[in-house]
Amino acid sequence: MKKLNIGLASAILAAGLATSAAHAETLKFAFQGTLNQLDPYSLNETFTLSALGNVYEGLTRRNENLEIEPSLAESWEVVEPNRWRFHLRKDVKFHNGNDFTAEDVAFSVERLHGEGSDLATRVATDVKVEIVDDHTVDFVLTGPNPILHYEWDTWYIMDKEWTEANDAVAITSASDTSANFAALHTNGTGPFKVVSHEPGVKTVYEKNENWWDEAHHNLDTVEFTPIGSDATRVAALLSGELDMVYPIPVQDIKRVNDNATTEVMTGPELRTIFLGMDQRRDELLHSDVKGKNPFKDVRVRKAFYQAIDIEGIKRKIMRDLSTPSAIMISPFLYSRSAEFERYPYDPEAAKALLAEAGYADGFSVGMDCPNDRYVNDEAICQAVASMLARIGVKVDLNAQPKAKYFAKVLASGGYDTSFYLLGWTPSSFDYWNILANIEGCRDDAGKGGLFNLGGYCNEKVEELAGKILTENDPEARDELIAEAMTITHEDVSHIPLHQQGLAWGFKSGIELAQRADNQFHFRFVTKK
Amino acid sequence: MLGFAMRRLLQAMIVMLVVALLAFTLFRFVGDPVNQMVGIETSQADREALRERLGLNDPIIVQFGRFVTKAAQFDFGTSYQFRQPVSDLFAKRIPATLELSFMSALFALMVGIPMGIYAGLNRESALSKLFLSVSLIGISLPTFFIGILLIFLFSVTLQWLPSFGRGEVTQVGSWWTTGLLTVSGLKALVLPSITLGLYQMTLIMRLIRAEMLEVIRTDYIKFARARGLPDRIVHFRHALKNTMVPVITITGLQLGSIIAFATITETVFQWPGMGLMFLQAVQNVDIPIMAAYLLLTAFLFVAINFIVDILYFVIDPRLRIGRS
Repeated sequence: MKKLNIGLASAILAAGLATSAAHAETLKFAFQGTLNQLDPYSLNETFTLSALGNVYEGLTRRNENLEIEPSLAESWEVVEPNRWRFHLRKDVKFHNGNDFTAEDVAFSVERLHGEGSDLATRVATDVKVEIVDDHTVDFVLTGPNPILHYEWDTWYIMDKEWTEANDAVAITSASDTSANFAALHTNGTGPFKVVSHEPGVKTVYEKNENWWDEAHHNLDTVEFTPIGSDATRVAALLSGELDMVYPIPVQDIKRVNDNATTEVMTGPELRTIFLGMDQRRDELLHSDVKGKNPFKDVRVRKAFYQAIDIEGIKRKIMRDLSTPSAIMISPFLYSRSAEFERYPYDPEAAKALLAEAGYADGFSVGMDCPNDRYVNDEAICQAVASMLARIGVKVDLNAQPKAKYFAKVLASGGYDTSFYLLGWTPSSFDYWNILANIEGCRDDAGKGGLFNLGGYCNEKVEELAGKILTENDPEARDELIAEAMTITHEDVSHIPLHQQGLAWGFKSGIELAQRADNQFHFRFVTKK
Repeated sequence: MLGFAMRRLLQAMIVMLVVALLAFTLFRFVGDPVNQMVGIETSQADREALRERLGLNDPIIVQFGRFVTKAAQFDFGTSYQFRQPVSDLFAKRIPATLELSFMSALFALMVGIPMGIYAGLNRESALSKLFLSVSLIGISLPTFFIGILLIFLFSVTLQWLPSFGRGEVTQVGSWWTTGLLTVSGLKALVLPSITLGLYQMTLIMRLIRAEMLEVIRTDYIKFARARGLPDRIVHFRHALKNTMVPVITITGLQLGSIIAFATITETVFQWPGMGLMFLQAVQNVDIPIMAAYLLLTAFLFVAINFIVDILYFVIDPRLRIGRS
């Protein structure tokens, strides 16, 4: 993995480092979204998992550079190709004082697969768990899987005894009439405990004095407030009421930096924003071309690609806070990403390609776009529409709130789209996730590549995906991935745009680690 | 009297039902709640199962029937996003909204009335003209803009007042929380109350001014002056009293809209009340919360109108005679 360029905020008052131990440090921070409930298995969403990752821990964890580290498991080995052995850390206690044992791991797998779990794929359902002794667990697979534990940093281990005693084994589901105990209370092993939680209002954390690991942070209390309004969130930082807020809207970065006591840390996020085209239907749902589907012709797809001035989008819309991308995954997550280059921006070439494909006069196509999901999503779509107008393609833009957008374009809406903008972070931090979800063939109901909204399908890519899934040798695996990437690039399966940037604002003097997955962990924070 | 009240009550219930039905029809156009409840990688089968469990696959009329039956027993279901009973969530949020609304109304009255009187009595003075221009701003600027302006001035630049939240709140009784008993709580109330009450303040000011101008010209004021009464008595005992009737009516009605439409102010100041929860619910297609909020708002207006109707009946003898 390429080394992550993580900027550690370094404005330290060299003289003032010696803070007295008696002084209680409180970190007050705000995020745009809310922490709705505390059950670690009920929502597979970055902020929820990040907020709970301060309280609960997985068998593994990721450091500030996103490298996998031992956490509740001290070490692990592949004893047989299909058998992974995890050695659990001894003398770890949950916040209520219960011991952490192999029983808890087995229980957590079981609960993970319960009805209403949104994280069930963290451990495949055909994986068997065998308890060897109190501190050793075997995972028995049905086939080799080199990335078995890649997502386990957000699969949090729960206390069997506590969960059962509080009648919280069944995962919260919205149809329940009463609230689940685990949705409002926590009992993890992590560096912080939740002392109070008012959903949508405030959550207060307190340092766990009995944490098994050495604490490098100096916080005693952490207060989280959700602030949905961008202007209010920025104002709360500028006025000094809060120590840290994120995200900072791109247009406010300069203002926060210009303020003497605050600064912004920016960095690339792992999410890739891309455009997709319906290549499955014989006639597009939203277009004036009848009887055929122009996107079935690779020349048309390439024309669209070359018509987009990605540097212009970066400069004008993203205010330089984006990294144009040639591939569908963040360059940090693939060792050979530098080998790939975008097709150059060339409206003339694009026009020629369209003419070659028989659309010299262009055509019209409907485009779907969210307007409250990604950074400046609607503005990007508008820019794309005007760039395509230059090559004669008339885009009817339909930008709407995410709730409506996803209902229309996803499988539940029957993939009702011809041309769309979507963002994707592979939760396993691995390209196979893209192959399976975004580039894999699917049927009309979504079986296969569920989020391959345009229905791109290439048998060769499918075959490679199968090999990539089970190849244990890293180099051979990366070679297979490069092959798949080359094919999808040549096919223009999608049009990758960029990785959007992260922007965290905080008071000067605070040290923290900005992880590229946008998770905020208090254990990396030092105040003053 | 009883028959009249019963008829009004029946009408009120019909209004509530119609509101609920309209709300339910609208919910179909807000988006797919299931998509907001799960992560993006959740499989299609799991999404379908969730839809089924939530009863979202039932015909809209069945869903509506189920909602009305339960709502009649004060059971508004479980919030999709918070996974808690909606009635609990509202109980926690109501104190914040009510406190803010009453403080805004108080601000509107305490500032609006004196300004109105002054402008009515000294219509040519420079200060009156200033009041009128300021009130024009209050009426024409959108609430969120005023809020952000105040935040910028008093929180960011001067750093006198907090820009968000309720400050420190105190628990009173089993479910009421108040910010009136702590310094930070009181400070937190200032900006949102002004933002929310500004429109009402200008309304009251202009109303009083107009009424004052009218009353001052009437014969009994002239007679009072002729009798040699001091200005203070004429203005406040005779003139002001007669301007208060419409003011009280308007204030009563406006209080309803302050409570119901505090949403924008609550969003700007991240005020943890019902309005903020409602807006978040809209973004996340949290139908149980939206339904309960709309019903509550409808109830508020229906209740206020009901009381006003009854009061008219009590006050106006012609209504009574007409019936009997």
